[in-house]
Amino acid sequence: MSAIAPSAALASSPTTEIPLINIQIDGQWMQFPKGTRLIEACKKAGKFIPHYCYHPKLSSPGNCRMCLVEIGTPKLGPDRKPLLDSEGHPLIAWNPRPAISCATEISEGLAVRTDSPLVRECRNAVMEFLLINHPLDCPICDQAGECRLQEFSVEFGKGESRFLEEKVKKPKQVDIGRHIILDDERCILCSRCIRFMQEIAKEDVLGFVKRGSYTTLTVYPGKRLDNNYSLNTVDICPVGALTSKDFRFKMRVWFLKETKSIDVNCGTGCNILIGSRENTIYRITPRENDFVNSCWMPDSHRLNFHYLMREDRLKSPKVNGLDTTWKSAISEASHLLSSHPSSKIAILASARSTLEELFLIKLIIELLGIQQHDILPRPQSGDGFLIAPDGNPNTNGARLTGVAANPPGAQLEKIVTAIRNGSVSGLLSLGEDPTKIGLTDQELQKLNFLIVLDILPNRSTAAATIVLPACGFAEKRGSMINLYGRLQRLNKAISPPGNARDDWEIYRDLLFSLNSPSTTTPRTFEELWKLMAAKLPPLAGLNFGKIGDLGFQLDLPWLEHKGPPPHSAPAPIPPKMPQNGNKSP
Amino acid sequence: MAKVIQRPKLTLAEMLYLPAILGGLLITVRHFFDTLLGRKKVTMRYPEERWDNHLPDYYRGAPALVKDEHGRERCVACQLCEFICPPRAIRIIPEEIPSNDPWAKVEKRPKEFEINMIRCIYCGLCQEVCPEQAIFLKKDYSFVGYSRQDMIHNKEKLYELGGTMTGLVHKWNEKK
Amino acid sequence: MLEPSAFLQFFHHPHVWIIWTTLAKIIVLLAIVLGLVSYTVYAERRVSAFIQDRLGPNRVGPEGLLQPIADAIKLLLKENFVPNYVKKFYYLLAPLIAMIPPILVLAVIPFGSQLFGVPMVIADLDIGILWAFAISSLGVYGIVLAGWASNSKYPFLGGIRSSSQMISYELSLGLSVVPVFLVVGTLNLQEIVRWQVHNGWLIAPFWPKGFNLHSFLANPLEHLIQTFASGFSLERLLLWIPLFLSFLVFLVSIFAETNRAPFDLPEAEQELVGGYHTEYSSMGFALFFLGEYAAMIAAAGVLVTLYLGGWSLPLIPDGSATSFLGLPFIPPWLASTLWGLINIGVFFAKVILVLLFMIWVRWTVPRFRFDQLMKLGWYVFFELALLNIILVAAILAFFPNVK
Repeated sequence: MSAIAPSAALASSPTTEIPLINIQIDGQWMQFPKGTRLIEACKKAGKFIPHYCYHPKLSSPGNCRMCLVEIGTPKLGPDRKPLLDSEGHPLIAWNPRPAISCATEISEGLAVRTDSPLVRECRNAVMEFLLINHPLDCPICDQAGECRLQEFSVEFGKGESRFLEEKVKKPKQVDIGRHIILDDERCILCSRCIRFMQEIAKEDVLGFVKRGSYTTLTVYPGKRLDNNYSLNTVDICPVGALTSKDFRFKMRVWFLKETKSIDVNCGTGCNILIGSRENTIYRITPRENDFVNSCWMPDSHRLNFHYLMREDRLKSPKVNGLDTTWKSAISEASHLLSSHPSSKIAILASARSTLEELFLIKLIIELLGIQQHDILPRPQSGDGFLIAPDGNPNTNGARLTGVAANPPGAQLEKIVTAIRNGSVSGLLSLGEDPTKIGLTDQELQKLNFLIVLDILPNRSTAAATIVLPACGFAEKRGSMINLYGRLQRLNKAISPPGNARDDWEIYRDLLFSLNSPSTTTPRTFEELWKLMAAKLPPLAGLNFGKIGDLGFQLDLPWLEHKGPPPHSAPAPIPPKMPQNGNKSP
Repeated sequence: MAKVIQRPKLTLAEMLYLPAILGGLLITVRHFFDTLLGRKKVTMRYPEERWDNHLPDYYRGAPALVKDEHGRERCVACQLCEFICPPRAIRIIPEEIPSNDPWAKVEKRPKEFEINMIRCIYCGLCQEVCPEQAIFLKKDYSFVGYSRQDMIHNKEKLYELGGTMTGLVHKWNEKK
Repeated sequence: MLEPSAFLQFFHHPHVWIIWTTLAKIIVLLAIVLGLVSYTVYAERRVSAFIQDRLGPNRVGPEGLLQPIADAIKLLLKENFVPNYVKKFYYLLAPLIAMIPPILVLAVIPFGSQLFGVPMVIADLDIGILWAFAISSLGVYGIVLAGWASNSKYPFLGGIRSSSQMISYELSLGLSVVPVFLVVGTLNLQEIVRWQVHNGWLIAPFWPKGFNLHSFLANPLEHLIQTFASGFSLERLLLWIPLFLSFLVFLVSIFAETNRAPFDLPEAEQELVGGYHTEYSSMGFALFFLGEYAAMIAAAGVLVTLYLGGWSLPLIPDGSATSFLGLPFIPPWLASTLWGLINIGVFFAKVILVLLFMIWVRWTVPRFRFDQLMKLGWYVFFELALLNIILVAAILAFFPNVK
């Protein structure tokens, strides 16, 4: 007799008490909170029920019929009370008609058989129907390898077709949006994409037209699937009907190494999977994290990785425009820094750097006694969903380490003025382009020295005395604190090009070159974290491993909103009864 | 405990070595004249004499790509051969077939298809896994080059080796 | 300026004559022997191939006959790699020491009777055979030095094996030929050959004394049979037994002395990688290789001279003959030249046959174990050779007219 406690993952309202309900799954009695859908209960009990149209974050129309299970209710005695067996459990009256588990809410005494001969027969039949009109596209289909239809065909398919008639021809290669191509022949009419657009993206552009075997998914006349969340429909499409133009025919999914990381395009820090093969990133997909982004992410962010593979990436450290070794570049940099009084040096750091990097920058600031340092803030309007009103992914990290002024950006004005009037003659630009704070090329040329750490060439790297090529977000590990105080990890998916190095190693070497005392200067990433946990109170007791794949909520005193970002977790949608007819008006 | 090995007792003739040596000399000289006079043929004089006409049907030579009876490249760049290839000799870069191409409905084809013949072990798994019957192990076995780059067969070379294969796949043909 | 006649006179002056004819002999002999060395290598490869039902090198030139030239070019053009841990001076010296002795041995071997009145031996020494043994045993220094100077374990083991093997077999080698000198009574190799012309080869000394081509052509058949039968006297048969034993011991000993299979332990590939020449490449290796084959040729030359009649062949006269089969149109000088050339040809033909035999044996007999090798040398051949000397001395004492 095993009882499964309500999972901690159901954290949307952990405080309210939800009554537990007894149900029987394949002969085992278990308890689940009231309101759980049967398919979810079975999943938590370790009984996976194949499904296509059901998605935990969407409503359940119950139109694919793949999740049919056998259910039963307690046998009632003459006194309308359930009859009990010798162990005190109710006896079950099995319903001769199977029911779809995705749209069934659990009730007291409900019994389910997930793998009975009847259930298997149902699944075989549903698979056969689904495959009647499905084309033999697998060799060219991008979904192959992560296709539910393929997976369940292996498990429940017949292996041959009894269908002698002509397959229904439907439009192929339909350009329905900026990022999306639709193949209607592959569509199994699960309506996940339609429901996503209605319920999550709140832009009703997709629907079914025609009837019977000719039912076709399409965009409404005059509309296009140009929503900034459109690529999520590709993710949730269980077959290869919706494909991403960006990823289409680029690489088979089984070659991709998936690295868990986070999005760095805004303060939300959507959890992502980086799909890479041999030092090339092919796609980025959202990773489920109910504390941050649920299952979704904006298109503009997920497509913003191609710059990492640009040919003109900075590949070698440069001193005065000439390629050199890391050793000489670092020693030259430390020579310049130590030969100037700290009052004449300013640091422009980036809130796109990781917490670790910012912490090391802070160590440099403290070592040299530099007064003028700040980050470049990137306020933006946000979209009220997953694009935060801050374009920097780690503003809170910059504030926590003290690299940023309070409020961030407050010192920028002073730095610019000081450079203009010559009271500052040396600038460290660490991951930012100083021309963006209003400095002109001439003013940069006028500086005694300009040390730029970046990954791509720009106007400031052209003017720089020393260029230090660093790593992009997919090339390093580290952590960032999102706008709502969640500490999350970046992981290394690919190697940096040429001689470019991990940023934190550059700062560490610079610290050693500046004769920072070896007892308080971290040599390894682990030492760095030990030092951070000791010096930054909100990180006390933490280390890089403890952050976990889903991040760790920090209690930062200046935050008004803590916890999941507003709107990010869609409100639970009550399961609807299966309906006939389609969703189109 | 020491193990005592009983050496065989030798006869006088054996101890003298000479009869055995003479016998051996007779054997070797017989082989010498057999080979010298061509009475016995063991070795094939390779570049002049070749296996080509003696190769069995199941012989696995170099993998090559084939076109179908309409001149369509059969390969759709599904990359299954690249995946299955045990020595990782195959490297495919897929591309979309442009819409003005007569075979645009196939949608996908290899932009580059390389087989590194230094790595290839002629196992035939690529042929076995191919869902489009596009790659076959031909009977060619002799490849030489002056550099490692020469030993990488590109798409052009693979189609030249493969030629045309008719039948087997009908799904892309127009239905009557 | 000298006048032509004076010029010729100068060359006919006895001292000058000896110098330039010797120089010419040296050059011609060296050319022949070095050519023979490279083609012995070729023969080794072809014969071994045929014995093993293969074809061997048959690509370079017709039937691969230019293979030795290709090999030579390859060896010359290869990098002469000298490992940095070797004793450099001795390392470079060793191949030279291995190459020179076999060539020096050739100086005393009569490779023909005479040509234009010049004896076909470079140095007609009275102690010829002693010179041959003295010099040829220097060859071991090259191997030992190479093994030691390479400063590496396999060459070292090869060198050690080689020195002990050579020292052991030198004894039986030296002792085994003593019967020959007892019988012939001289150490001069040219004299030994002439003795064999008259008495038959020492491996089978049954030739009727004084019988030659002239008497062969002049006498009727019954007389010839009678004459031949007279060669097989009881004393000679008695003498033949120890002489044949001496031949056998000598034959086996030169196999050991030249590091040939079945006694090729110093360079046993399976155990010692390459033996004493493991660390050598390019010309260093080539010199060892050539030295080894030159030693084979020198040993074959000594064997042919001592036991197989040298340049002589029954019924073939030497270079002093003045008629060629009684043909009237051939002048005496041409006849003697022809016979002289035939003698040289006979000698080299015999050497080549002995070399082929050595190759044949190599690809027939498996390698001895080192203890077997030592046992054979010290327990069998040494005693056998000693007994043999006593036996021959006794025979000669009891039958003085057997000579």
